[in-house]
Amino acid sequence: MRKSREDSIFGAFTIAVVVVIALACLLPFLYIVSMSFSGKNAVLRNEVFLWPVDFDLTAYKAVFNNQSLSRSMWFSMWLTVVYTLVSLIITVLCAYPLSRTHLQFKKPLLVYIIITMYFSGGMIPVFLNIRDLGLLDNFWALVLPSCLSTYNMILMRSFFAAMPKEMEESAFVDGANDLTVLTRIILPLSKASIATVGLFYAVSRWNGFMDSLLYINTESMYTIQVRLRQLIQSSQVTALMEDIPEFKTSLISETIKAACLVFSMIPVMLMYPWLQRYFVKGTMIGSLKG
Amino acid sequence: MTGTRPSFRRSNAVRTLRSVRSHYWLYVMLIAPIAFYFLFCYKPMGGVQIAFRNYNMFKGIWDSPWVGLRYFKQVFSFTAFWVSVRNMLTLNVIGLVLGFPAPILLALFLNEVTDRQFKKVTQTIMYLPHFISWVVVGGMMYQLFSSSGMINTIVKSITGSAVPFLSSNSWWIFTYFVVGLWKSIGWNAIIYLSAITGIDQSIYEAARVDGCSRFRMMFSITLPCILGTVMIMFILAVGGLMSIGFEQPYVMQNSVVMEVADVVSTYVYRVGIQQAKFSIGTAVGLAQSAINFLLVIGSNTLSRRITGESIW
Repeated sequence: MRKSREDSIFGAFTIAVVVVIALACLLPFLYIVSMSFSGKNAVLRNEVFLWPVDFDLTAYKAVFNNQSLSRSMWFSMWLTVVYTLVSLIITVLCAYPLSRTHLQFKKPLLVYIIITMYFSGGMIPVFLNIRDLGLLDNFWALVLPSCLSTYNMILMRSFFAAMPKEMEESAFVDGANDLTVLTRIILPLSKASIATVGLFYAVSRWNGFMDSLLYINTESMYTIQVRLRQLIQSSQVTALMEDIPEFKTSLISETIKAACLVFSMIPVMLMYPWLQRYFVKGTMIGSLKG
Repeated sequence: MTGTRPSFRRSNAVRTLRSVRSHYWLYVMLIAPIAFYFLFCYKPMGGVQIAFRNYNMFKGIWDSPWVGLRYFKQVFSFTAFWVSVRNMLTLNVIGLVLGFPAPILLALFLNEVTDRQFKKVTQTIMYLPHFISWVVVGGMMYQLFSSSGMINTIVKSITGSAVPFLSSNSWWIFTYFVVGLWKSIGWNAIIYLSAITGIDQSIYEAARVDGCSRFRMMFSITLPCILGTVMIMFILAVGGLMSIGFEQPYVMQNSVVMEVADVVSTYVYRVGIQQAKFSIGTAVGLAQSAINFLLVIGSNTLSRRITGESIW
């Protein structure tokens, strides 16, 4: 079959578009990374683009030596671990019963849950509720209010519902109850899907920012995102006045800021290969289930 | 025949009861999730009533005196409220008109890429911004778009003067749109890509036999075949016109451009949380979600009438 000229022009055009978009997605990261490894003066002279100039690790030394920043990093990691565990437990406890065909009152239970996807009290009533529960400025305010995502729960439910029923049935015949079926049969067989949902939760916790902004005042419980936000904001005012030469010297070093941004992305980047694969799968399942 | 016979109904109830008893673990497990939804979703919904009450910290939500629509009247008389609504609509409409077709086009183009390895690498890169927090995106934005950032260094070398991406009202709106698009375009293309994989390949073969060009196939086969998905996403997008996230505007706004950057969510935060005017903040939120709800229902009904596609 002939390959027409029109087709090859079109093919080249599509590849060009895809390459341009991919580069646009990638370049900001390269810029930040190369900036963080560059010398302070090279950055001030706007010489840095996509490759470090005057290779320099001072910014990273400053970041690692900064007590409050590394404390926030550890706190965020600890919080993410606790949050992911709590979320996985409650998500399984919700998804497993709802995936069983022999559950009674399934319809009203689902309605009870789905309603919350469409209606919410809004920012202030939610805030007052957290305050009335005594969770303000409390570690658990960052864990409990968001520990069950209906979207993730429905995803996990569809994983459970798709599992073959034979083993479970024979276990029931042998006198097992639903708890032993869950812990001995279902959970060991669904490690991959639990890992998927766990990653979903972990990333949302790591990147989450609004709840700590609303509920947390104590500095020892600042997440890495809150700390970064402070840092960016403190230099934001000066960034707007950059045109005035006297202000340029008083800036928080841009290289340090870049190093902080890179630093905070490390955990997500380390998990990215898995994230990418599972997230895409999850999104597709979620979209199929409507 | 109306109603079931009593004996039949009783045996049904007995069967239900027996099932509950033999599978009691399922119901024990559900205690925690049910309590979660009650405590963190339904309880705050009850708190919405403080929009109609003069909220008093010591009396609490249920015992503060009723004041009717006083706070709504107040809210509607604030200029800042209308400014925040206008800004939200501006940002959302721009995002819808220019941003909605972008991931569809990207998916169509990605579908034309035949080299699997190349496709995989570019997709991996395009999903990356989705996993970065808004705080980090905000920080990166300042380094890229500020007057001495990378983009302005390039702009200056061409035109000689910097573009005020972050400090001029109209340029800020532009930057907001570009940053939002940058973060979501690759990710939003996934749903269309998965719709494309569902298309029957024999249609393409028939077209190829008839000598159809690839460009023509994209427009006459691929696009019509994913139109259902496009329509659903469009309804969702229109339904979201009256709501806006908090984190993107919050991390992107600065005092110079507040005139265009203050949106309803950040306005509620400022008035309700920072100034602790709880009733007013709640009234703003409630008015917004009421309009939002009407918009969702309206766009869904309209779409069902016109295209036959609807969410429910």
